Amino acid sequence: MSFASSLASQLVLAPIALPALAAPLAVLLMLRRRAAGVAVSFASCVAVLGVAIALLVLSADGTVRTYEVGDWPAPFGIVLVLDRLSAIMLTLTAALALIALVHATVTRVDRDGWHFHPLFQFQLMGLNGAFLTGDLFNLFVFFEVLLIASYGLMLHGQGPARLKAGVQYVVVNLVGSSIFLLALGLLYALTGTLNMADMGVRIPAIEADDQWLLRIAALLLFVVFAIKAAIVPLHLWLPRTYAVATPAVAALFAIMTKIGVYSIIRVTPLIFGDDAGAAAWAPAPYLLPAAMVTALLGFGGVFTARSLSEQAAYAIIGSTGTLMIAVAGWQADTVGAALYYLVHSTLAGAALFLIADVVARRRAGFVDHATPGPVFAHRQSVAILFMVAAIGVTGLPPLSGFIGKLLILDAVADLPLWGWAWTVILLTTLIGVIGFARAGSTVFWKDTPLDEGDGAMAVPSCADMIAPAALLVLLAALSAAAGPATAYADAAAAQLLDSAATARAVLDNG
Amino acid sequence: MTLEFLIASAIGVLVAGGIYLILRARLFAVVLGLTLFSYAVNLFLFASGRLVVDAPPIWSYDVDTYTDPLPQALVLTAIVITFGMTAFVVILALRSFLETGSDHVDGHDVPTDDQAGGGE
Repeated sequence: MSFASSLASQLVLAPIALPALAAPLAVLLMLRRRAAGVAVSFASCVAVLGVAIALLVLSADGTVRTYEVGDWPAPFGIVLVLDRLSAIMLTLTAALALIALVHATVTRVDRDGWHFHPLFQFQLMGLNGAFLTGDLFNLFVFFEVLLIASYGLMLHGQGPARLKAGVQYVVVNLVGSSIFLLALGLLYALTGTLNMADMGVRIPAIEADDQWLLRIAALLLFVVFAIKAAIVPLHLWLPRTYAVATPAVAALFAIMTKIGVYSIIRVTPLIFGDDAGAAAWAPAPYLLPAAMVTALLGFGGVFTARSLSEQAAYAIIGSTGTLMIAVAGWQADTVGAALYYLVHSTLAGAALFLIADVVARRRAGFVDHATPGPVFAHRQSVAILFMVAAIGVTGLPPLSGFIGKLLILDAVADLPLWGWAWTVILLTTLIGVIGFARAGSTVFWKDTPLDEGDGAMAVPSCADMIAPAALLVLLAALSAAAGPATAYADAAAAQLLDSAATARAVLDNG
Repeated sequence: MTLEFLIASAIGVLVAGGIYLILRARLFAVVLGLTLFSYAVNLFLFASGRLVVDAPPIWSYDVDTYTDPLPQALVLTAIVITFGMTAFVVILALRSFLETGSDHVDGHDVPTDDQAGGGE
């Protein structure tokens, strides 16, 4: 093995190893020299982004790369699997994390507590690990890593509202983790393996008597993923949690619901494919109705939300619903369209959270409530940012949301329930547009005279608009490069649905 | 009464109690419920390797029957994680009670037991 190819195979571990090393280092450095700790955190984010882009380029050739941890051969040891889908998710996470970190540092919220940067790194490690692992129990462990870090980040800055929402968030996720363990226990009892590829190979051999157990296990697993993805009726924890979290953290959390979506599209073809007996495509019958209700409720929430951050939280739910409508088709073209829209909706949702923060920082007592307030600093430029982000989220041309929704509409057109899907997607777009237009015109166009009591507030510098602007530039880039991006997403979907090839790559490497 | 029946009913009772308590409105009950539920899950995970009595999990020359060592390792991981999480949720519940003055999950103001009884 040449040096270059050996380096390439070790590179798969880097997105997990780098933040894992940076986090404790940041803890140690923070106490003595704060700047050094922040520098470590930034260096790790930049390095992970570099590695992720390298992996994205590497995986373009279509080979499934594996990394056997400790060199234990595949079904026995833990294996990391890198394919196109993992590479897309890694790059998206790294880009979003870097931007969220910039925003946190620029707005100085990272100074509200000692452990923002170490927790941020652990969060990154958990996310990257979940996207890379090929082992179901290891997926649980990385879920826990990212959840534990997210509890800390969610409560960052404290205050009664965060504590209240935090308790609910933690309890819901603890119950979710317990259900995950139940599903894992059942699947292990039935197949005797935890490696996802190996499990997929062994599931057809399960006896007829045990088919009902298999179905229960599969559905339990999807309940867990649906909690993470905030699919109706398991979405209730999300709006409150995201709306009160520190905005930079909420922006990073935009990727957290996508973890649930990722897990569903990773696990279903690989483990519960065509020959999985009673569990074949187990979530499929429930997914489309649930996704449609999710989209309606999400964009309905955008319409009724009382503040911009709440609106952003509902937009996340709504876009997950739109995404799952496409996923529910389980064809190469629908999943491909869903992947493109997934990247877009994560970036656009995160941008909305950051813009809500930019508004809140300029409106003293009015924060980001959708009520008229006095004229505030940089209103014009903030309004433009908000408008671009709203165009992105609702899916109007010319941004990538339009391309994504068009691809989804086109892809679901040959499915039996396409009429419903089209109605929901087009209707939610309309509701979303009206909701954003209403909130935007109230916040940016309606003035109330300045009260004596409000006092003059210090005008923040324009620096806090860098991060949201960067996200919008990424959206524009995603629209401009829609050709290569959709080609990559389609290739990723095809690779994902070809579970036999993935299983061969994972199991024969050892 | 077989061992399987005992374990299965223990898991069933723990899950029932756990879910009932998790659905209560007071945080203290919810924390207890989470603990019971996680005990049940750990037992369940342990039983997923089948119940074998008096058999070693590690290979040895003079033994024919083994118990599956993997669920034991999984349970160990799960116990560590749930223990840490329970400790965290206890602190969080306490903190939330001290800051909002209520241990209701939605943060509503509910009279504590001695206030409700002490007024008479």
